[in-house]
Amino acid sequence: MNMLLKNREALLVVAILALVALITLRFPGFIAPANLGRVYNDTSILIILALGQMAVILTRCIDLSMAANLALCGMVAGLINVAFPGLPIPLVIVAVVALGAALGSINGLLVWKLNIPPIVVTLGTLTIFRGTIFLLTGGQWINAHQMSAAFKGLPRADLFGIPALSWFSVLIVALMFVVMTRTATGRAFFAVGGNPHAAVYTGIDVGRTRFLAYCLSGALAGLSGYLWVSRYAVAYVDIALGFELDIIAACVIGGISIAGGIGSVPGAVLGALFLGIIKNALPVINISPFAQMAISGMVIIIAVAVNARAERRKGRVILKKAEAH
Amino acid sequence: MKIWKALLVAAAVSTALVGNVANAADKKIALVVKALGIGFFEAANKGAQEAAKELGNVEVIYTGPTTTTAEGQIEVINSLIAQKVDAIAVSANDTDALVPALKKAMDRGIKVISWDSGVAPEGRSMHLNPSSSALIGNMCVKMAADHLPEGKGDVAILSATATSTNQNVWIEEMKKVLPNYPGVNIVTTVYGDDLADKSYRETQGLIQSYPDLKAIIAPTSVGIVAAAQAVSDAGKTGQINVTGLGLPSEMAGHVKSGASKSFAIWNPIDLGYSATMIANDLIDGAEAKPGAELNMGRMGKVKLDDKNEGAMADPFVYDASNVEEFAKIF
Repeated sequence: MNMLLKNREALLVVAILALVALITLRFPGFIAPANLGRVYNDTSILIILALGQMAVILTRCIDLSMAANLALCGMVAGLINVAFPGLPIPLVIVAVVALGAALGSINGLLVWKLNIPPIVVTLGTLTIFRGTIFLLTGGQWINAHQMSAAFKGLPRADLFGIPALSWFSVLIVALMFVVMTRTATGRAFFAVGGNPHAAVYTGIDVGRTRFLAYCLSGALAGLSGYLWVSRYAVAYVDIALGFELDIIAACVIGGISIAGGIGSVPGAVLGALFLGIIKNALPVINISPFAQMAISGMVIIIAVAVNARAERRKGRVILKKAEAH
Repeated sequence: MKIWKALLVAAAVSTALVGNVANAADKKIALVVKALGIGFFEAANKGAQEAAKELGNVEVIYTGPTTTTAEGQIEVINSLIAQKVDAIAVSANDTDALVPALKKAMDRGIKVISWDSGVAPEGRSMHLNPSSSALIGNMCVKMAADHLPEGKGDVAILSATATSTNQNVWIEEMKKVLPNYPGVNIVTTVYGDDLADKSYRETQGLIQSYPDLKAIIAPTSVGIVAAAQAVSDAGKTGQINVTGLGLPSEMAGHVKSGASKSFAIWNPIDLGYSATMIANDLIDGAEAKPGAELNMGRMGKVKLDDKNEGAMADPFVYDASNVEEFAKIF
């Protein structure tokens, strides 16, 4: 299984390199290191979100409310900044991460305690979160000139020649890698999704693990909320509208099985990068906006088709052996 | 039995109360917008409420879908038909998709007008353009031309969606006036879909693809803000001027930073006010036909052309000298 996963990620790396080569043929400037850095920076938020979604999908759940959670947390970050312009930005970030985790825990509790299907729960909270933004603001925007310079400046701050936004994603990737591979909770995500019944026998509380996964995805959505709003220097009800589909697409492209239990941090990162490269390349290679949508959709279906082939179980090995004898 | 009686009495009383309210405001005008939560339409609502107050016997129902879809607007319109409103004034997400629903409304005696973004002629009795599309197109090119170094350079257009009615008409008008501005070289039109992140990315693409780009015209309020932000982030402030249509409150910061020298917009408060006034005029018996003049209260009168369309006023230019003042209003 491990071999297969490694192969799949290698396959994705090859696909990404081929994609970049193809784009470079049409737009030579794309391969410039500065441009690739810019593409990574632009994809940072998607990477952070895809990692949160990955944890949830691994436990056989799904979080459709991530983009709405991001929008709500981003708006709250903006409102805090407008109300208390002097408040240090790290405190704002802590506040929205906590808020995001709290919103995620609502999903988690409903899935855990009331046993409602995750897709229904998060579809409901998605609209509730968006509605809450409208209630908070009455539809008003928060604009660039209302935000403090520190608030807008953090994601653009330069550290060793790389913007802080990129550093945030690097940090989260490293953190998630440790959590997913070196902690009991991280391994529990895999166990719960891979075989829930077996997980119970090993003493893992399936509901509680799913709850934790939702808290994690919520916290990352909260962080992304601040990053999004400060990067684009604008907050309104519809920010990141429909972005939940991009997040899930990144996970699927990255080889995370919607059926749970299969996936990895590098996979999610590569999936997000693949999508980010396409999003950034389409504007520079002069393709009609209608073709752009079709291309994005086609890539996702191809990725899913490839992954579905890879996932096909090969029957029960023990029985086959018995037959052969 | 007693409970039933009490309930019946309560029901009768509440019906009577509702009836009274309906009498107090005997004309119901629905202002249907592209989506709730957009500053421009919230301002239009302010104007519509002002008109209702002035008229006294009119109740304005401000409504719309939560996302900018034609499907959402059709649902809203159907529910307004069920509520038996007297007039519907709609800013359409799609020229043709709303026609059947609006036809149904007109069949039931509801007056239908479109404003801001139009509906095909068979789906409405008249359309109120915020300004004439020709004037808007000309103003956009003029603002770009005014700030080109030595009067010439490459200019790109950043639009909303590729199917957006009003955007496409304005872009067409911009192209028509180009012979009057020989220095303006339009290189491309890109679509940011009125999403902040996509518009930002498209702008970055423009900056890369056209190193000599001198101006970006974004005739959309989401696009112009995202483009201005992308230009300042790329360190191109002063080299690339972002102009187009935007709201003063949303653009104030970018005018101050220098990413945008000037931009234009009509007054959305006036637009909502005028649409409501016209709807009221139609309910009162005025007829919308080519050549007719409809009453717009303090905005004067609008004269309809052969397609039953009328223009409210010239677009108004905002720059560093007046943007702060208007940012407080809308």
